[in-house]
Amino acid sequence: MYSLNYHRASSVADAVKLQKKGEDAKFVSGGMTLIPAMKSRLAAPSDLVDLAHIAEMKGIKVSGKTVTIGGGTTHAEVATDAKLKAVCPALSYLASHIGDPHVRHKGTIGGSIANNDPAADYPAAMLALGATIITNKREIAADKFFTGLFETALKDGEIVTGVSFTAPAQAAYEKFRNPASRYAIVGVFVAKGKDGVRVAVTGAGDEGVFRAKGMEAALTKSFVPASLDGLAIPASGLMSDMHASAEYRSSLITVMAKRAVAKASA
Amino acid sequence: MAGLAVSTTINGDSVEYLCQPDETLLDVLRDRLGLTGAKEGCGTGDCGACSIILDGRLVCSCLVLGAEAEGRRVETIEGMADGDVLHPLQQKFIEHAALQCGICTPGFLIAAKDLLARNPDPTEEEIRFGLAGNLCRCTGYDKIVRAVQDAASVMRAA
Repeated sequence: MYSLNYHRASSVADAVKLQKKGEDAKFVSGGMTLIPAMKSRLAAPSDLVDLAHIAEMKGIKVSGKTVTIGGGTTHAEVATDAKLKAVCPALSYLASHIGDPHVRHKGTIGGSIANNDPAADYPAAMLALGATIITNKREIAADKFFTGLFETALKDGEIVTGVSFTAPAQAAYEKFRNPASRYAIVGVFVAKGKDGVRVAVTGAGDEGVFRAKGMEAALTKSFVPASLDGLAIPASGLMSDMHASAEYRSSLITVMAKRAVAKASA
Repeated sequence: MAGLAVSTTINGDSVEYLCQPDETLLDVLRDRLGLTGAKEGCGTGDCGACSIILDGRLVCSCLVLGAEAEGRRVETIEGMADGDVLHPLQQKFIEHAALQCGICTPGFLIAAKDLLARNPDPTEEEIRFGLAGNLCRCTGYDKIVRAVQDAASVMRAA
């Protein structure tokens, strides 16, 4: 790769201390994005602070409808946790379809959220679930956390130590995946909670993950797929690339949203 | 630079090595320890040729740093056969001719072993989903899937 320093943090406080010492130190969790980025020199931190051995950042707690997931919890652990599956199977399903087994065994929810890839799955879930992102310094509402392409509200030295949310009465995630990378070309997470319906779209937006408020209003009135008939997100704010045009993504959002509503109601 | 001292377990044996912070576990296995079964295909976690099992979980060793193996359990293709006795997966890969050039084969065997450890009786769809992180450019996958199905039935009967 290139010459760098490696530090294994034993606690969140230790990680913060180690990160401050480095010239341009970065936290690494599963490393499923950062390590390839370093190999291709898209990122070149001087130091890596490994968060993978911090016990306080691991595990899933379910108490009634309140779910708390440690930032260091892997996708495979989220996908297979029986307590989580009982209260929010939509999130278990989402985690079980991230990347491939190799990625799911190492990649973590905190790392994915902090990276905020515009085609990542978790940001859609966090927005639709109205989750709270917990850091070592504060708690941030998901609505305020994801601020742009690979951009978040995180400040230097801030670590996503966990997330929490109230399990919704009904929810589902549907994604039209890239057949090679399995990233979302379009992914839609729909959640019906006590304050109405929330719909979040990943893979499609020019500025990353976003909420489809028009669809939310229609589904809050009537939570059936037909409520979305004739509703579409305009192509003007959507991404175009070799995988799909903005117009195609616009069409896919409505299709995926309808499928998610049907699945959540099944 | 002296490097980082790492103590780990590889295929049941205690192993200690020195490595630089920028070396991947794949680099360490191949270049420092002489375990060349895991291959470097893409080096970016897409192809699975470098598959190993780390603490009971299938991962790409090209995306794990050598330093990360400290205190953990590593299983590689070199630990799969029992002396001269092949693992049922290895035997069935030969019988079904589930390989051509062979560079992806160690990765597929490790991935299939991990899959069957979790799900001893997978459907064809589950096998294809479970092996999705391993690419083969020769076989078209069909023979690999059949070899895994056959090995699974042998292993269930054992």
